[in-house]
Amino acid sequence: MVQQLTTGERQNALVILLAVFVVGVAMAAAGGSDPLGVHGVIVLLFGGGLGALVMRSYYEPEPTLDRPSHYYDDPIKAGIALTLAWAIFGMFMGVWTAAQLAWPDLAFDAGWSTFGRLRPTHTTGVIFGFGGNALIATSFHVVQRTSRARLAGQVSPWFVLLGFNLFCILAVTGYFMGVTQSKEYAEAEWYADLWLVVVWVTYFVLFLRTIARRKEPHIYVANWYYMAFIVVVAILHIVNNLALPVSLGQAKSYTIWAGVQDSMVQWWYGHNAVAFFLTAGFLAMLYYYLPVRAQRPIFSYRLSILSFWGITFFYMWAGSHHLHYTALPHWVQNLGMTFSVMLLVPSWASAGNALLTLNGAWQKVRDDATLRFIFVAVVFYGLSTFEGSFLAIRPVNALSHYTDWTVGHVHAGALGWVAFITFGSIYTLVPSLWKRERMFSPVLVEVHFWLAVAGTLIYVFAMWNSGILQGLMWRTYTQEGTLAYSFLDSLVAMYPYYIARAFGGLLFLLGAIVAAYNIWMTVRAVPASIDRRTDVPDTGLAPGAAATPAE
Amino acid sequence: MAVEERDPVSGRPTTGHEWNGIKELDTPVPRGVLMFIIVTHVWALLWWILMPTWPMVTTYTKGILGIDQRQTVEQELVAAQAQRAAWLKAIETESYEQIQANEDLMRVVRSTGRQLFGDNCAACHGADGKGRANYPDLTDDDWLWGGEVEQIAETMRLGINSRHENTRVAQMPAFGRDAMLDRTQVTNVATYVQSLSNPAVSTPQNGPQIQAGREVFLTTCAACHGEDGKGNREVGAPNLTDQFWVYGGDLQTLINTIHGGRQGHMPTWDERLTPAEIKILALYVNSLAAAKP
Repeated sequence: MVQQLTTGERQNALVILLAVFVVGVAMAAAGGSDPLGVHGVIVLLFGGGLGALVMRSYYEPEPTLDRPSHYYDDPIKAGIALTLAWAIFGMFMGVWTAAQLAWPDLAFDAGWSTFGRLRPTHTTGVIFGFGGNALIATSFHVVQRTSRARLAGQVSPWFVLLGFNLFCILAVTGYFMGVTQSKEYAEAEWYADLWLVVVWVTYFVLFLRTIARRKEPHIYVANWYYMAFIVVVAILHIVNNLALPVSLGQAKSYTIWAGVQDSMVQWWYGHNAVAFFLTAGFLAMLYYYLPVRAQRPIFSYRLSILSFWGITFFYMWAGSHHLHYTALPHWVQNLGMTFSVMLLVPSWASAGNALLTLNGAWQKVRDDATLRFIFVAVVFYGLSTFEGSFLAIRPVNALSHYTDWTVGHVHAGALGWVAFITFGSIYTLVPSLWKRERMFSPVLVEVHFWLAVAGTLIYVFAMWNSGILQGLMWRTYTQEGTLAYSFLDSLVAMYPYYIARAFGGLLFLLGAIVAAYNIWMTVRAVPASIDRRTDVPDTGLAPGAAATPAE
Repeated sequence: MAVEERDPVSGRPTTGHEWNGIKELDTPVPRGVLMFIIVTHVWALLWWILMPTWPMVTTYTKGILGIDQRQTVEQELVAAQAQRAAWLKAIETESYEQIQANEDLMRVVRSTGRQLFGDNCAACHGADGKGRANYPDLTDDDWLWGGEVEQIAETMRLGINSRHENTRVAQMPAFGRDAMLDRTQVTNVATYVQSLSNPAVSTPQNGPQIQAGREVFLTTCAACHGEDGKGNREVGAPNLTDQFWVYGGDLQTLINTIHGGRQGHMPTWDERLTPAEIKILALYVNSLAAAKP
């Protein structure tokens, strides 16, 4: 990673890491025995460790002058490794928490391992760790290839990738210590949030500058979605996390929002985290890796435009459907509900656009497990967006709210859509990035595919059953007008489904482990002697003349 | 782009854009999509007209149906109360004997009581009321404070060692820890107590120990548990001569109990449950024990 940097850039990197180190020391000193102090130690070790890494290679030869005539792939490779590491961690925590619901003794009577602390390590681990790293890595890949330009920065891609992972580490270690803002999917405390703002703004600038360098006249659809993802996540993150720390030496903070406004801001954030993190970003992946893998043109440019603007516009209004039948005023609920229903068409338009793109490539879907990953992702995308609009309708929500149906819906999206499109993209990306002919073992891709399909179906069906059963038990009255079931009765009824869910999750985790092994073996293999001379940025020079200094 | 490029599979022209090999077709938006958009938008428009939806600076559009979720909930609550009024009045006013004699009311007690028990009592006493380690079994015939319906209702209302001002108080002192008895005395009295319900303990070998324990018992324990060890429901002192144990009747548990004391806790339900709910639960709990063969 350091070999690609000039001496000046190495110095810049060291200055940044020194600053991180100093901030860590300051946090440790100010925090003392508060969790903030522990996080200070983590920050200083992170800055110091990476600084030592840079210094070890400080005197190595500088990159050759033809650097601009190559894509900047090192951060992408690291990003894929981090994606897989977080996938295994996050999914393991998911299986553990799922098992705790069936067998509560698996908390082992310790504080750090209670369900309340482990659950956010799962959600943060998979959404931000696995999903976020996949988005950063693929966005770096896609924006370079579709702009035919090298990333507009040498240190900043590393800053974005590693800085984002530092945020994830602070978030997850904080949960184990009981640090939380109590905002779902925004649990990390104020200092981690501030750090993420710095990282995210850098990401935004880097992405924008790379697009500005593009050698293509138009900006490809995938980049629209990546931009929407980066811009909106920045806005959401900043607004929802506005908070006042108790003191600069304590991890605890209080949100500036109050009461029902706080709930509304939280679910405006929460729903658009689904929209712009888990949907827009992954649609960007879909728009690049699907046509590349299927070797087919996108079915309709016009449909792309319609669904992009439809999705970005309508999603923004839909958050209040998370607060049906609450203290939130009725009109806000209704507004969110109508926008959630109007959102369905643009969502299905993207799914339809993707499926129709496969016309002329269906035999590949049958034969190629990687393309099948992408195909199944699209099917689950269509399924969960329909389900989302359906559950947003108030009377339906009256049954589904607070039940496992919501959990099932989220996982139809998170496993079936997000994880499937990610693995499909990674299986397409890895051989091309490491210049291999193909994955180490196509059979293992096939094994992963079936483990993932079985795991997702078992999980989602278990949660549909348990959620609807739960919802019905909670609202069943005797003819005397009293509740027919106690809450415990509904828990007893959940038990078999909780076991099935943990098993489904376990299959999915096994699939991810198979994927990590397969990718590791692919990376280790000898590079194929295939001609990759076309996979270079457009520097305005004839191929072969790239050895000349660019400027 | 003098010559328009066409996709050989669909026959559609491309837009002429290309990114790293990716092309796009210039397919028009399918008519079905447009119709579907119209349907969802017309539906939304109707909803906006019928229901409260849009903010208007200081107020919001009320919708021509005039529906409001608060009013809906209030109406539903009134309807629910009306449905329950028929039997609730009887439960509130009639005596326990009258209710017990009325099979219709007892059916309500059993169905409602089961749900109330599940949501309020089962966490400690178990869904079936059989208790578990350290929490009394409510289905047996052994009661600390009495098993009559009135007594159960009173225990629920006041709690045991609770924060209610008139709480039932049951404090078994820590005789060993607080040095009221020495180790030998604790062991002796534990053996004696065990012998009260377990004849197998009364062996000739244990004779002197039991005798010494009995003397300690009469001076130290009898005040609450009675000279015969049969307990006293006035102070919640359990009967030590039967087979029912809250904490356990083996020697080690008895030694632990005598050494460290016991201060079992049951919360007061006075503020959490209505008088009618307490009444239903008392009848229900009483019926659990009565149902036992």
